[in-house]
Amino acid sequence: MIYVLAAILLISAFLTVTLKNIFHCALALAVALLTLAGFYFYLDAPFVGVMQLIIYVGAIMILIIFAIMLTTRVGDRLLSAANHQVMPSLLAVIVFVLFGIAAIRKLDLVAKAGKMSDPIAGLGRELLTTYLLPFEVISLLLLAALVGAVVIARKD
Amino acid sequence: MVDFVIFFTVGVLFVIGAFVASWLIAPHKPSAAKLSTYECGEEPVGGSWIQFNPRYYLFALAFVIFDVEILFLAPTLLVMRSFGFVAFIEIFIFLFILILGLSYIWRKGALEWM
Repeated sequence: MIYVLAAILLISAFLTVTLKNIFHCALALAVALLTLAGFYFYLDAPFVGVMQLIIYVGAIMILIIFAIMLTTRVGDRLLSAANHQVMPSLLAVIVFVLFGIAAIRKLDLVAKAGKMSDPIAGLGRELLTTYLLPFEVISLLLLAALVGAVVIARKD
Repeated sequence: MVDFVIFFTVGVLFVIGAFVASWLIAPHKPSAAKLSTYECGEEPVGGSWIQFNPRYYLFALAFVIFDVEILFLAPTLLVMRSFGFVAFIEIFIFLFILILGLSYIWRKGALEWM
Protein backbone atom coordinates (compact mmCIF):
# COMPACT_ATOMS: atom_id res chain seq x y z
CA MET A 1 0.00 0.00 0.00
CA ILE A 2 2.60 2.55 1.10
CA TYR A 3 4.82 1.42 -1.80
CA VAL A 4 2.03 2.14 -4.29
CA LEU A 5 1.67 5.63 -2.81
CA ALA A 6 5.43 6.13 -2.84
CA ALA A 7 5.63 5.03 -6.48
CA ILE A 8 2.85 7.44 -7.54
CA LEU A 9 4.49 10.25 -5.55
CA LEU A 10 7.92 9.65 -7.07
CA ILE A 11 6.58 9.39 -10.64
CA SER A 12 4.41 12.52 -10.37
CA ALA A 13 7.21 14.46 -8.66
CA PHE A 14 9.58 13.40 -11.44
CA LEU A 15 7.05 14.46 -14.09
CA THR A 16 6.63 17.82 -12.31
CA VAL A 17 10.25 18.73 -12.95
CA THR A 18 10.67 17.09 -16.37
CA LEU A 19 7.47 17.74 -18.38
CA LYS A 20 7.84 20.20 -21.27
CA ASN A 21 4.56 22.10 -20.86
CA ILE A 22 4.58 24.11 -17.63
CA PHE A 23 0.81 23.67 -17.25
CA HIS A 24 1.22 19.89 -17.32
CA CYS A 25 3.95 20.30 -14.67
CA ALA A 26 1.37 21.99 -12.44
CA LEU A 27 -1.08 19.11 -12.95
CA ALA A 28 1.65 16.60 -12.08
CA LEU A 29 2.37 18.62 -8.94
CA ALA A 30 -1.32 18.39 -8.05
CA VAL A 31 -1.09 14.58 -8.27
CA ALA A 32 2.03 14.65 -6.07
CA LEU A 33 0.30 16.77 -3.41
CA LEU A 34 -2.77 14.54 -3.56
CA THR A 35 -0.60 11.46 -3.00
CA LEU A 36 1.04 13.19 -0.03
CA ALA A 37 -2.45 13.57 1.46
CA GLY A 38 -2.80 9.82 0.98
CA PHE A 39 0.37 9.33 3.03
CA TYR A 40 -1.10 11.38 5.90
CA PHE A 41 -4.28 9.30 5.90
CA TYR A 42 -2.24 6.11 5.78
CA LEU A 43 -0.14 7.28 8.76
CA ASP A 44 -3.31 7.85 10.83
CA ALA A 45 -3.20 11.66 10.65
CA PRO A 46 -6.62 12.45 9.14
CA PHE A 47 -6.58 16.13 10.22
CA VAL A 48 -3.28 16.81 8.47
CA GLY A 49 -4.53 14.79 5.50
CA VAL A 50 -7.74 16.79 5.15
CA MET A 51 -5.83 20.04 5.57
CA GLN A 52 -3.34 18.92 2.91
CA LEU A 53 -6.33 18.40 0.60
CA ILE A 54 -8.01 21.71 1.45
CA ILE A 55 -4.95 23.96 1.57
CA TYR A 56 -2.48 22.44 -0.89
CA VAL A 57 -4.57 20.52 -3.42
CA GLY A 58 -7.41 23.02 -3.16
CA ALA A 59 -6.01 26.50 -2.64
CA ILE A 60 -2.28 26.45 -3.43
CA MET A 61 -2.79 24.48 -6.67
CA ILE A 62 -5.43 26.99 -7.82
CA LEU A 63 -2.96 29.78 -7.06
CA ILE A 64 -0.19 28.06 -9.06
CA ILE A 65 -2.47 27.27 -12.01
CA PHE A 66 -3.81 30.85 -12.01
CA ALA A 67 -0.25 32.17 -11.94
CA ILE A 68 0.62 30.02 -14.97
CA MET A 69 -2.51 31.08 -16.87
CA LEU A 70 -1.72 34.73 -16.15
CA THR A 71 1.72 34.60 -17.76
CA THR A 72 1.88 36.03 -21.26
CA ARG A 73 3.88 33.16 -22.71
CA VAL A 74 1.62 30.32 -21.60
CA GLY A 75 0.73 29.59 -25.23
CA ASP A 76 4.40 29.20 -26.02
CA ARG A 77 4.59 25.40 -25.89
CA LEU A 78 8.39 25.33 -26.11
CA LEU A 79 8.88 27.44 -22.98
CA SER A 80 11.27 25.32 -20.91
CA ALA A 81 10.27 24.73 -17.29
CA ALA A 82 13.66 23.31 -16.30
CA ASN A 83 16.70 25.39 -15.40
CA HIS A 84 19.26 22.54 -15.64
CA GLN A 85 20.77 23.13 -12.18
CA VAL A 86 21.57 19.44 -11.66
CA MET A 87 24.58 19.67 -9.34
CA PRO A 88 23.26 22.35 -6.93
CA SER A 89 19.90 20.59 -6.62
CA LEU A 90 21.60 17.23 -6.05
CA LEU A 91 23.69 18.81 -3.30
CA ALA A 92 20.59 20.36 -1.74
CA VAL A 93 18.76 17.00 -1.79
CA ILE A 94 21.69 15.18 -0.16
CA VAL A 95 21.97 17.77 2.62
CA PHE A 96 18.20 17.76 3.16
CA VAL A 97 17.99 13.96 3.34
CA LEU A 98 20.95 13.69 5.75
CA PHE A 99 19.63 16.36 8.11
CA GLY A 100 16.10 15.01 7.78
CA ILE A 101 17.13 11.52 8.84
CA ALA A 102 19.20 12.93 11.72
CA ALA A 103 16.29 15.10 12.92
CA ILE A 104 13.68 12.32 12.66
CA ARG A 105 15.92 9.91 14.61
CA LYS A 106 16.15 12.34 17.51
CA LEU A 107 12.36 12.68 17.80
CA ASP A 108 10.25 10.28 19.81
CA LEU A 109 7.14 10.67 17.67
CA VAL A 110 5.31 7.52 18.78
CA ALA A 111 5.40 8.38 22.49
CA LYS A 112 4.04 11.88 21.83
CA ALA A 113 1.28 10.77 19.47
CA GLY A 114 0.13 8.00 21.79
CA LYS A 115 -0.79 10.37 24.63
CA MET A 116 -3.76 12.02 22.92
CA SER A 117 -7.05 10.19 22.55
CA ASP A 118 -8.63 12.72 20.16
CA PRO A 119 -5.85 14.66 18.41
CA ILE A 120 -8.12 17.19 16.63
CA ALA A 121 -10.07 18.12 19.76
CA GLY A 122 -6.74 18.21 21.64
CA LEU A 123 -5.38 20.64 19.08
CA GLY A 124 -8.45 22.85 19.47
CA ARG A 125 -8.15 22.78 23.27
CA GLU A 126 -4.47 23.75 23.11
CA LEU A 127 -5.23 26.58 20.67
CA LEU A 128 -7.89 28.01 22.99
CA THR A 129 -5.85 27.74 26.20
CA THR A 130 -2.04 27.40 26.08
CA TYR A 131 -1.55 28.85 22.62
CA LEU A 132 -4.30 31.46 22.68
CA LEU A 133 -2.01 34.37 21.86
CA PRO A 134 -0.38 32.66 18.85
CA PHE A 135 -3.88 31.68 17.72
CA GLU A 136 -5.02 35.31 17.65
CA VAL A 137 -1.70 36.46 16.14
CA ILE A 138 -2.25 33.99 13.25
CA SER A 139 -5.41 35.92 12.48
CA LEU A 140 -3.39 39.18 12.40
CA LEU A 141 -0.83 37.50 10.12
CA LEU A 142 -3.59 36.41 7.73
CA LEU A 143 -4.98 39.95 7.81
CA ALA A 144 -1.56 41.32 6.88
CA ALA A 145 -1.31 38.80 4.02
CA LEU A 146 -4.77 39.78 2.75
CA VAL A 147 -4.01 43.52 2.85
CA GLY A 148 -0.60 42.91 1.27
CA ALA A 149 -2.17 40.86 -1.55
CA VAL A 150 -4.60 43.66 -2.35
CA VAL A 151 -1.92 46.37 -2.22
CA ILE A 152 0.42 44.44 -4.54
CA ALA A 153 -2.24 43.19 -6.93
CA ARG A 154 -3.95 46.57 -7.36
CA LYS A 155 -0.83 48.49 -8.35
CA ASP A 156 -2.05 48.54 -11.99
CA MET B 1 -6.93 -3.41 3.83
CA VAL B 2 -9.29 -5.85 2.10
CA ASP B 3 -12.12 -3.31 1.88
CA PHE B 4 -9.64 -0.76 0.53
CA VAL B 5 -8.64 -3.16 -2.26
CA ILE B 6 -12.32 -3.81 -3.06
CA PHE B 7 -13.16 -0.07 -3.14
CA PHE B 8 -10.06 0.72 -5.21
CA THR B 9 -10.68 -2.08 -7.73
CA VAL B 10 -14.38 -1.24 -8.14
CA GLY B 11 -13.53 2.46 -8.51
CA VAL B 12 -10.91 1.85 -11.20
CA LEU B 13 -13.06 -0.70 -13.03
CA PHE B 14 -16.03 1.69 -12.98
CA VAL B 15 -14.04 4.42 -14.75
CA ILE B 16 -12.51 2.01 -17.28
CA GLY B 17 -15.89 0.33 -17.79
CA ALA B 18 -17.58 3.64 -18.62
CA PHE B 19 -15.02 4.39 -21.35
CA VAL B 20 -15.01 0.84 -22.76
CA ALA B 21 -18.82 0.67 -22.81
CA SER B 22 -19.20 3.97 -24.66
CA TRP B 23 -16.44 2.94 -27.08
CA LEU B 24 -18.20 -0.39 -27.78
CA ILE B 25 -21.79 0.86 -27.95
CA ALA B 26 -21.49 4.34 -29.49
CA PRO B 27 -21.50 4.71 -33.30
CA HIS B 28 -18.32 6.23 -34.79
CA LYS B 29 -19.26 8.85 -37.41
CA PRO B 30 -17.02 11.87 -36.70
CA SER B 31 -17.60 15.17 -38.52
CA ALA B 32 -16.01 18.62 -38.15
CA ALA B 33 -18.89 19.92 -36.04
CA LYS B 34 -18.81 16.88 -33.74
CA LEU B 35 -15.06 17.13 -33.15
CA SER B 36 -15.09 20.86 -32.30
CA THR B 37 -14.68 21.92 -28.67
CA TYR B 38 -17.96 22.01 -26.76
CA GLU B 39 -18.30 25.08 -24.54
CA CYS B 40 -21.91 25.44 -23.37
CA GLY B 41 -23.17 25.65 -26.94
CA GLU B 42 -21.03 28.69 -27.81
CA GLU B 43 -18.84 28.70 -30.92
CA PRO B 44 -15.22 28.52 -29.63
CA VAL B 45 -13.18 31.60 -30.61
CA GLY B 46 -9.37 31.46 -30.73
CA GLY B 47 -7.08 29.15 -28.79
CA SER B 48 -7.48 28.09 -25.17
CA TRP B 49 -3.85 28.94 -24.32
CA ILE B 50 -4.42 32.64 -23.76
CA GLN B 51 -3.44 35.00 -20.98
CA PHE B 52 -6.18 35.34 -18.39
CA ASN B 53 -7.25 38.48 -16.61
CA PRO B 54 -4.88 39.12 -13.64
CA ARG B 55 -7.93 40.00 -11.55
CA TYR B 56 -8.56 36.29 -11.00
CA TYR B 57 -5.33 36.12 -9.01
CA LEU B 58 -6.62 38.42 -6.28
CA PHE B 59 -9.65 36.18 -5.79
CA ALA B 60 -7.36 33.15 -5.58
CA LEU B 61 -5.16 34.89 -2.97
CA ALA B 62 -8.17 35.84 -0.86
CA PHE B 63 -9.41 32.26 -1.16
CA VAL B 64 -6.09 30.90 0.16
CA ILE B 65 -6.22 33.24 3.18
CA PHE B 66 -9.72 32.13 4.18
CA ASP B 67 -8.78 28.52 3.49
CA VAL B 68 -5.98 28.77 6.05
CA GLU B 69 -8.48 30.38 8.43
CA ILE B 70 -10.59 27.19 8.23
CA LEU B 71 -7.52 25.16 9.24
CA PHE B 72 -7.35 26.92 12.61
CA LEU B 73 -11.07 27.40 13.03
CA ALA B 74 -12.09 23.74 12.61
CA PRO B 75 -10.32 22.23 15.67
CA THR B 76 -11.30 25.14 17.92
CA LEU B 77 -14.96 24.95 16.92
CA LEU B 78 -14.87 21.25 17.75
CA VAL B 79 -14.21 22.00 21.44
CA MET B 80 -15.98 25.38 21.69
CA ARG B 81 -18.99 24.02 23.57
CA SER B 82 -16.94 22.47 26.37
CA PHE B 83 -15.27 25.84 27.06
CA GLY B 84 -18.43 27.92 27.06
CA PHE B 85 -18.61 31.65 26.49
CA VAL B 86 -14.86 32.33 26.86
CA ALA B 87 -14.10 30.20 23.81
CA PHE B 88 -16.83 31.99 21.90
CA ILE B 89 -15.16 35.35 22.61
CA GLU B 90 -11.72 33.97 21.67
CA ILE B 91 -12.95 32.60 18.36
CA PHE B 92 -14.96 35.75 17.72
CA ILE B 93 -11.80 37.89 18.07
CA PHE B 94 -10.02 35.57 15.64
CA LEU B 95 -12.85 35.88 13.14
CA PHE B 96 -13.32 39.63 13.71
CA ILE B 97 -9.71 40.40 12.67
CA LEU B 98 -10.26 38.46 9.44
CA ILE B 99 -13.63 40.09 8.81
CA LEU B 100 -11.76 43.42 9.08
CA GLY B 101 -9.58 42.17 6.23
CA LEU B 102 -12.61 41.12 4.21
CA SER B 103 -14.24 44.51 4.68
CA TYR B 104 -10.93 46.15 3.70
CA ILE B 105 -10.72 44.35 0.34
CA TRP B 106 -14.45 44.93 -0.16
CA ARG B 107 -14.01 48.64 0.51
CA LYS B 108 -11.00 48.80 -1.81
CA GLY B 109 -13.19 47.39 -4.56
CA ALA B 110 -11.09 44.27 -4.98
CA LEU B 111 -14.23 42.15 -5.08
CA GLU B 112 -15.81 44.27 -7.82
CA TRP B 113 -15.53 43.11 -11.41
CA MET B 114 -14.37 45.88 -13.73
